[in-house]
Amino acid sequence: MARAKDLLLSGLVLVAGRGRRAPRSKAERVVPDYDANPGAETWAIVLLLLSSLCCAGFIVVYAVDRIPHQTQFLGLSLGLALVFFAAALIVTALRLVVTEELVEEYPPQLHAGEVDLIASTVEESGSRLTRRRLFKLALLGAGGGLVTAALTPAASFGPILRIKDYFGTPWTRGRRLVDENNRPYKASDIEEKDFYTAFAEGADKEEAGASVVLVRLPTSSLELPADLQGYDANGIVAYSKICTHAGCAISMYRVPTFAADEPKPALVCPCHYSTFDPASGGTVQFGPAGRPLPMLPLEIDARGFLRAKGNFNGAVGPSWWGVRNRKPSPES
Amino acid sequence: MRWLVVIAALTLAGSAAAADGKQVFGRYCASCHGPNGAGSTGQRYGGGAARNQSLQTGMGPSLHGVGALAADFYLRTGYMPLKRNGIQPRRSRLLLGNAQIDALVRYVSSLGKGPAIPHPHPERGNVSEGMVLFRSHCAGCHQIVAEGGYVTNAVPPALGDATPTQVAEAVRIGPYVMPKFSTKAISDEQLDSIIRYVEYANHPDNRGGWSLGNIGPVPEGLVSWFIAGSALLGVCIVIGKRLHG
Repeated sequence: MARAKDLLLSGLVLVAGRGRRAPRSKAERVVPDYDANPGAETWAIVLLLLSSLCCAGFIVVYAVDRIPHQTQFLGLSLGLALVFFAAALIVTALRLVVTEELVEEYPPQLHAGEVDLIASTVEESGSRLTRRRLFKLALLGAGGGLVTAALTPAASFGPILRIKDYFGTPWTRGRRLVDENNRPYKASDIEEKDFYTAFAEGADKEEAGASVVLVRLPTSSLELPADLQGYDANGIVAYSKICTHAGCAISMYRVPTFAADEPKPALVCPCHYSTFDPASGGTVQFGPAGRPLPMLPLEIDARGFLRAKGNFNGAVGPSWWGVRNRKPSPES
Repeated sequence: MRWLVVIAALTLAGSAAAADGKQVFGRYCASCHGPNGAGSTGQRYGGGAARNQSLQTGMGPSLHGVGALAADFYLRTGYMPLKRNGIQPRRSRLLLGNAQIDALVRYVSSLGKGPAIPHPHPERGNVSEGMVLFRSHCAGCHQIVAEGGYVTNAVPPALGDATPTQVAEAVRIGPYVMPKFSTKAISDEQLDSIIRYVEYANHPDNRGGWSLGNIGPVPEGLVSWFIAGSALLGVCIVIGKRLHG
């Protein structure tokens, strides 16, 4: 309270006790003298006042906190405050601030012969060098060497020099397939017309090679190519969950309710709609992917758990040149 | 003696209702699902002129054992009767009246032992658990905001008009190319949470303004750049114009 009184008092002193305005100096002006523009001045002041009003409105709306459509009013008040402020500035700039356009010629060139002098100075200062071309070559070599040296550490980004890591997957023969919560999948858990995401037991789930998508198809509908025969376990097939196009997660499974009349089962990537056929070894049916989904061979152990029978048949992850010639390797 | 008459009357009335359902079935469903709902994979004699429609025999799955659950879902969403074979069933205006649908549902469920119409309890569910489940099972196709999306050769629908019962039914059926989820994959309790989340996503806690389908910051950014950005550019051009000379 006392603080408020002090503030009020000092405010009054400021208002009442302000000094007389100093008379304008009669000295010669730098800026051309335009007439006053009281109309525009009033406009600018009114706009500034409106802006302050809107700001006050914002504070009120914010403080009351129980107004319906509060978000809209907050936005409206702050937005109008900015609009009025901008309008005031525009009026000030266009109508009140003195403007003047000056055109000046370029000054005449003072030292006309100087350019030639510099050229011949540069030319003559190399006269002590007798094997100029060799010198230039050496200079180039050193410069290029420096640049190459500076860029060399970038090679650790890969994949040019250390690409082995990109083909490592956690899958080895006998590795169990687990769900998100590390519960191992049994073959009986996998039902037709549903799909499951599985990971290598004990592996880092974030790793590209660790995740697979599991579906069960009627064994009669499987059309696996010769080199993938036996990759399924009683109709259960597992493919890498990472799309071979751009590396998104395959999160869509299209599976017909009435096969006679509806699209075939397909694994679909949500990024660019690459569509893979799970019955024929993950071949591309549609979309930008350039190679089939890598397939993981499966087997069922004596207790009914799903286990990997080996590694993927191809490299996991998005494609680049030569990727088809690579085979995945177990991580060390 | 009187109770015998009552029972006889009730039995007759019951069989009359079932017979009624059978009649509606014969009229709207049997051309694809076959007589007695046994299904048909018969030849199609092309679509075409209206007078040939009665000759057309479509392909349709057997309805034995699908139960009241599937009949209720397909008929009350307007998925069935289908306009023609080979297209994706979509939510549409109901062709059949309520009484006809009731009769059909009873008839189809009498064809074989099948699941009954579910009665989900979304109020027992948990929104955040529902979101996690929806993200892992549904969002791949329907998007995390349940606005629907696209999958090759099919269109996962938006869930805005789906009632809790219909969501529960669809999860168990997997209509068209949707996977189906057994109680082992999604338990009834988890389903309650999923439905609770779908209801939330259909009516999100909106702070107002233009929601842009609630699909996140990308469309909002696009709108600000293209609408507000171009407006600002116009204002700059106006400000920068010379007044004199």
